[in-house]
Amino acid sequence: MRGGDPNAATRRPVRGHALWYAHIIHRVSGIALALFLPLHFWVLSLALTDAARLDNFLAFTELPFVKVAEFGLVFLLALHLFGGMRLMALEWLPWRAPHKTLAAGTLAVSAFVSGVFFLQAI
Amino acid sequence: MLDDASIAETDHAADSIAVSVWRGDASGGTWETFTVPRQPSQTVLDIVTWIQQEADPTLTYRFACRVGMCGSCAMMVNDEPRWTCRTHVGRVVKDGAISIAPLRNLPVIKDLATDMDPFFDKWVKAEATHHPSAGRHDDFAAVLPDDEQRVEASAGIECINCAVCYAACDTVAGNPDYLGPAALQRAWTLYNDSRDDAGGAILDAVSAQGGCHSCHSMGSCTHYCPNDLDPMGAIAGLKRATAKRFFRRGRG
Repeated sequence: MRGGDPNAATRRPVRGHALWYAHIIHRVSGIALALFLPLHFWVLSLALTDAARLDNFLAFTELPFVKVAEFGLVFLLALHLFGGMRLMALEWLPWRAPHKTLAAGTLAVSAFVSGVFFLQAI
Repeated sequence: MLDDASIAETDHAADSIAVSVWRGDASGGTWETFTVPRQPSQTVLDIVTWIQQEADPTLTYRFACRVGMCGSCAMMVNDEPRWTCRTHVGRVVKDGAISIAPLRNLPVIKDLATDMDPFFDKWVKAEATHHPSAGRHDDFAAVLPDDEQRVEASAGIECINCAVCYAACDTVAGNPDYLGPAALQRAWTLYNDSRDDAGGAILDAVSAQGGCHSCHSMGSCTHYCPNDLDPMGAIAGLKRATAKRFFRRGRG
């Protein structure tokens, strides 16, 4: 049994509905992309500083598991992009009921975009 | 969500329910389990009332109307905020058990009764109080129900101040200054009410620290509102109104 501090009993998160998931996916994908970007720019900088090393890295990206990881990245990017568009539509358009439909649409469009990328990559 | 037929079936599925009730005060507390007889069409408030009348008269809770009008009986039921008088046991019972706790995001007075002062203080802070545009000697205001602004105002007027949205909101949990969905929705309602004379003051209040721009649009308020209102949409309206004013003025 939980006990002690009333907050332990009453301040448990109230979550588990579509729009909360849309919110957390947007946040987490944003953080993941923020972590990825410095690495991405560093690899791009190799084109100027160390061409041989860049070629090695590009060869590495041909490996199947890297392709899968790239799919994940594009999926995150698409999620963040369309999740952000969902938020802007929600907050800037006088728009009411179909929040959940748009949240689901975000996921669907993201899966489509990153899926197309993946098929092209392999 | 169960349909009505399923509720009728589960109404007599068991003779009793194991009810975990949070007991304590602001300094702390613990869970106490009661075995409560199952009855047809029983609500969560019925359970709490039965415990107080039949098992432990020291149990503290708050209610008034019992028909979803007054907004005083909201509690956390299985960790979700609900109006207990209109919540059928059949909809929430899990494996013959239910947990009942005081509303989240509010200080506990005792047992299931929370201190609502912070909640209502924020209504005042959000300028969510009527600012009359006419006096008693003026004629009645003509309010057209189809007017665009009136439709916006009417969308939120059925709020019963139950604080379910306030308890559901993660932003309230993380930011004690945040005014919360109910106060902001009322501010939006008054902003759109042609009889309210303080649109500018409302926008000042809701765009200050802890105002509408603290909202992350998680939607728990709209998801849990027992009256099917849309506080998240109202807050989005305030965001638009304050942003439009900002760009019109060209300053913060």
